[in-house]
Amino acid sequence: MSTSKPVDKRPLSPFMIGPFYKPQLTSMLSITHRLTGLIVTLGSLFIAGWLISLAAGPYWYGLYAGHMLAWYGQVLLFLWSWCTLFHLCNGIRHLGWDVGFGLDIKTAYFTGYTVVIVSAVLTIAVWILAYAA
Amino acid sequence: MSLRSPLSRARGLGSAKSGVHHFWVQRLTALALIPLTLWFVFSVARLAGGDYEATYLWVHYPPFAVTLVLFLVIAFWHAVLGVQTVIEDYVGHEGWKLSMLVAVKFGLAILGAACVFAVLKVALT
Repeated sequence: MSTSKPVDKRPLSPFMIGPFYKPQLTSMLSITHRLTGLIVTLGSLFIAGWLISLAAGPYWYGLYAGHMLAWYGQVLLFLWSWCTLFHLCNGIRHLGWDVGFGLDIKTAYFTGYTVVIVSAVLTIAVWILAYAA
Repeated sequence: MSLRSPLSRARGLGSAKSGVHHFWVQRLTALALIPLTLWFVFSVARLAGGDYEATYLWVHYPPFAVTLVLFLVIAFWHAVLGVQTVIEDYVGHEGWKLSMLVAVKFGLAILGAACVFAVLKVALT
């Protein structure tokens, strides 16, 4: 890429999110994949807090668990669990594309809807397990 | 034979010839994270409820401690590669891009090291 200024303003392809394209499942899942990736990375702070408080002893663990079991902690954990499982399911879809599977439009939509449904089912399963335990 | 112009080489822009490695490691860590993440999420869900003893014994059990360390190292590595891609795609300003890349890499390395140390401390005491 050159850093010199262009002589005249050339037309640019419009960004996929905005007024120029109608929202599509494929583009929405694509941006959601990146967004959930960032959120899951931010959520690694939860894992760090959990493990460090565990290593620090029962007092700190109790303090941390208290916040995580409060309603705001549960809401954050719920969102984080869905982001993790969505990123995981859609990541498998991406790995399929990397080896050349499912690149046609029909299959891309089918796997897209599958990812939405499976990630929701997995999230619900995790929380049923958590509240049954 | 290089097809790049002497000027582009002097500027240091363009392909650094390490993109394939980045791509490959991101896919490899992704593959490893499929079973590891499912194991982690469902294990933590089963431990929910805040019992210190049960959680301590779970992390203390050597096979779980080893799997946890594997999960943590691979997950933080995958996160570094992923966030790097997002920053490189959306942050245009060179200074901002470089500072954000360094901050993210340092931050996640510190967080990852702290997590692994916490697991080892629980596992070895």
